[in-house]
Amino acid sequence: MGIRDLPILSIVIFMPLLGSLPLFFVKKERVEFIRGWALFVTILTFFTSLSLYFNFDQNSANFQFQERISWIHELGISYHVGIDGISLWLLLLTTFLGPITVLCSWSAIMERVRDYMICLLILETGILGVFSSLDLFLFYVFWESQLIPMYLLIGIWGSQNRIYAALKFVIYTMAGSLMMLVAIMYLYFYHKNQAGFFSMNLLDLYNLNIPYSIQLILFIAFFLAFAFKVPMFPFHTWLPDAHVEAPTAGSVILAGILLKMGTYGFLRFNIPMFTEASINLAPFMYILAVTGIIYGALVSMVQPDLKKLVAYSSVSHLGFVMLGIFAFTVQGIQGGILQMVNHGLSTGALFLIVGILYERRHTRLIAHFGGLSRVIPRFAAIFMIVTLSSIGLPGLNGFVGEFLIILGTFISSNPYSTIAAIIAASGVIFAAVYMLWMFQRVMFGVVTHEENRYIKDLNLREFAYLIPVLLFIIWIGIYPATFLRPMEGSVKGIVVTVEKKMGKGNSIVFAVDKRITGDWR
Amino acid sequence: MDPLSMDLNLASIAPEIVIILCGFIIILLDPFIPYEKKRYLSYLALLGCSVAIIFTFSLHGKRIVSFNNMIALDGYSTFFDYLFLLIAILSILIACDYIEEERILYGEYFALILFATSGMMLMAKGVSLIIIFLGLEVLSLSTYILAGMMKRDLKSNEAALKYFLLGAFSSAFLLYGITLIYGTAGSIDIFGISQYLRAGSPSALFFAGVAFLIVGFGFKVAAVPFHMWTPDAYEGAPTSVTAFMSVGPKAAGFAAFLRIFISALLPIVSDWSGILWIIAVLTMFVGNVAALVQENIKRMLAYSSIAHAGYITIGIIVADELGSSGLLFYLLSYTLMNIGVFTVAILLRKEGEGYEIRDYAGASIKHPILSLLMTVFLLSLAGFPPTAGFMSKFYIFSAAVKKGYIGLALIGVINSGISVYYYLRVVVLMYMVEPSREFRPLRVGVFTSIALIISLWGTLQLGVYPTGIINLARSVVDVLFYIPLNIGSLFSIKAF
Repeated sequence: MGIRDLPILSIVIFMPLLGSLPLFFVKKERVEFIRGWALFVTILTFFTSLSLYFNFDQNSANFQFQERISWIHELGISYHVGIDGISLWLLLLTTFLGPITVLCSWSAIMERVRDYMICLLILETGILGVFSSLDLFLFYVFWESQLIPMYLLIGIWGSQNRIYAALKFVIYTMAGSLMMLVAIMYLYFYHKNQAGFFSMNLLDLYNLNIPYSIQLILFIAFFLAFAFKVPMFPFHTWLPDAHVEAPTAGSVILAGILLKMGTYGFLRFNIPMFTEASINLAPFMYILAVTGIIYGALVSMVQPDLKKLVAYSSVSHLGFVMLGIFAFTVQGIQGGILQMVNHGLSTGALFLIVGILYERRHTRLIAHFGGLSRVIPRFAAIFMIVTLSSIGLPGLNGFVGEFLIILGTFISSNPYSTIAAIIAASGVIFAAVYMLWMFQRVMFGVVTHEENRYIKDLNLREFAYLIPVLLFIIWIGIYPATFLRPMEGSVKGIVVTVEKKMGKGNSIVFAVDKRITGDWR
Repeated sequence: MDPLSMDLNLASIAPEIVIILCGFIIILLDPFIPYEKKRYLSYLALLGCSVAIIFTFSLHGKRIVSFNNMIALDGYSTFFDYLFLLIAILSILIACDYIEEERILYGEYFALILFATSGMMLMAKGVSLIIIFLGLEVLSLSTYILAGMMKRDLKSNEAALKYFLLGAFSSAFLLYGITLIYGTAGSIDIFGISQYLRAGSPSALFFAGVAFLIVGFGFKVAAVPFHMWTPDAYEGAPTSVTAFMSVGPKAAGFAAFLRIFISALLPIVSDWSGILWIIAVLTMFVGNVAALVQENIKRMLAYSSIAHAGYITIGIIVADELGSSGLLFYLLSYTLMNIGVFTVAILLRKEGEGYEIRDYAGASIKHPILSLLMTVFLLSLAGFPPTAGFMSKFYIFSAAVKKGYIGLALIGVINSGISVYYYLRVVVLMYMVEPSREFRPLRVGVFTSIALIISLWGTLQLGVYPTGIINLARSVVDVLFYIPLNIGSLFSIKAF
């Protein structure tokens, strides 16, 4: 029996959930065992998920590892999962960050460790489910069910203002997703009327022929759900609160993965299902994305709090992703997806670093630091690499993603693409300003606070979870083809769909594609 | 055929007979049993319910209209028989420990629950408005007494009196509506009424009768603007009774509401759906917004129960198989999750008067399992997947979308968004705030544990794998839509 015969995707999705069940029966005083078990489960999930990568057919644009079991037969709802080149990377990013989140909570979380680990594990299952659902109902179930563990993570283990932040997080996200629920129902009955049978299957819904006026409304309903999640510019106000109050692992998951659920949603649902609406609304999305890039960067500059700074930088980075996706070019979308992964790694690492500082000094204010590079040189080196990756220094991952996005936007045939690309490029400069300035104030100069002289450098455990992240940061920076190649088929599929609706042949896409991405391989 | 000749089919009301007999036996035995041993009466009541379930099961799949078109035994009423017996069993299970602690362990308690249950079952079985009214009265009178069980408690007295006065008022409305309908349609059973409506345009008085019906049922299911009694009655009544009141009469009210409005009044659906639309929207908004500011958990759950009545009403407005089966499904999941919430609320209450929401602060530290259960039930009420609450909302809202009531579905989901706030507030307090009081050591009795397990299992089962129940709900609502034409003309009371 080969590995393809196993329901490997389901095993990956549900392994963390199953792994959390024994914890319910462990005495809560046995914290070492609980941490070890959670680490074991997340590492096991990661290695199992690697088999998805090794068995992935890189030449196919179709969904792979599909599993379909009828769930609620009367309503045409099935348990249907599968991944393509887009979700593959988000899935792997999630399982990769799993052990890291457990490790970074090792000494930061001392209270109610058992409940904490249970929440983390359930959360991981929820996220993995979101990225692999091919049934809208299933997708919505996973989408909503990851809310609660995240809510508890912020609300129980967060800092002073945690309850406010946790509620804000839930209410904002709910507000968006409820609109999506109605839109899903509408689509569902629309499909019944057009095709004659009930189906929540995404692949069936892709074939729908929806008039433009209805597309527009449905687009907006889905847009609300995803824009809150990304978060796009005017919907971002929950993010700084949630990040600042969340424990380190919460921030890592939030920035690293949860935000990508929004951008992923645009790629998976909005663009393929409501293509005409997407094409016509692209300039509008450009405006929001570019505003987000600039606004996020400007606000980051003036933050006195490290975590807030990183949080606002997320708004800026995610603006890049949205820009790339709505450029409708292979480069733009590939860059967007790559940038999702990059942001997960770089910003995740930044939050880890802030968490490490916080654990030692119990403050996150930039003004309380200064001159740390002499005290903790190993920490300084890693921090430097991560900072540079976040800025987009060539040779590190951020550069590849942002470059592809800006390039993809530049050659896009959407109106105002050139202007958007130019403004977005200036965002990279802003990023350099706020990140380097922050780095300078924290790490360089003389030690201004006496307490800072006695900070301990990284320990083995902290190295253990930072080094793998650095490894990938450099890998993507030097040889991105490993990552671009598997997603190519699926991305081209999306671009072809869009080009068809635009009334153009797809020759242009491939010609340009050869010229630009040919040299990555 | 002589209409007075007895069309008695006792088999079709066998479960009701068992329940009523059991109730009488309990009352008769009560004086002979010392206070310490009154608990044994609950075993008897549970036995009665179990026997009734067996009878119901043996009647499963039959379709009999008997007692001169008054009682219909069909899939619809069988479904509700199961539901009501489940409610009765759960109410008895959660009541035992509680009423013993509150020193109101009387035999009447169980007898009244059984009488109320028989009333509810009659309401679901009744196809004649008279039977429905009879059932309603049996149910209401029993519940009035139950609400005033704590004789020395001022609030309990207030609750009983308020519930009684307003309930009597609403019964009068209902009766008046029935009279008007009988007077204009010339028939008291739904077959005759349906035939009258199909024959031609009904008179204005008939519409007045329908309006009064809406008022009457609106009171029973606690729909706005007829909801005024709910918060006070829920707050004052003994909590185990509140749990029963929040699910039993509501389910029975909806059972009769749905049957009359679909089976009899479907031809004039366009005339009543608008009114119900307004009522549903008002009910959702008033319930949810008022619940936001409640400080007492019983009042909060009272407003939440009003809000849920709003969601459930959507199932009637939609007026098709999907909506009706959604209503049935919703009632079942609502029963399970609401009984669950009340059970935990009873267990975690503060000694004496404490049902303030802030008394639940920090409960998760001392009682992690109960807090987890409470969280599951509250999340289900709020409509988070993968719980019964989500499934039933999804079901009923999608029925609305299918019929083109997209606005109604939108208002529904906006309201569930609002409701998240107050349900989560309890979770916030339990998990994220330091305890403000000593939690007493707790011994969860066997009965209570069984009730909790049933409600938890049901809440999750209906959320994760609801196929069986959806199938059942779909198959039983058929009878509402296909009224045999001949039956009404043959045996109508008109023949008098």
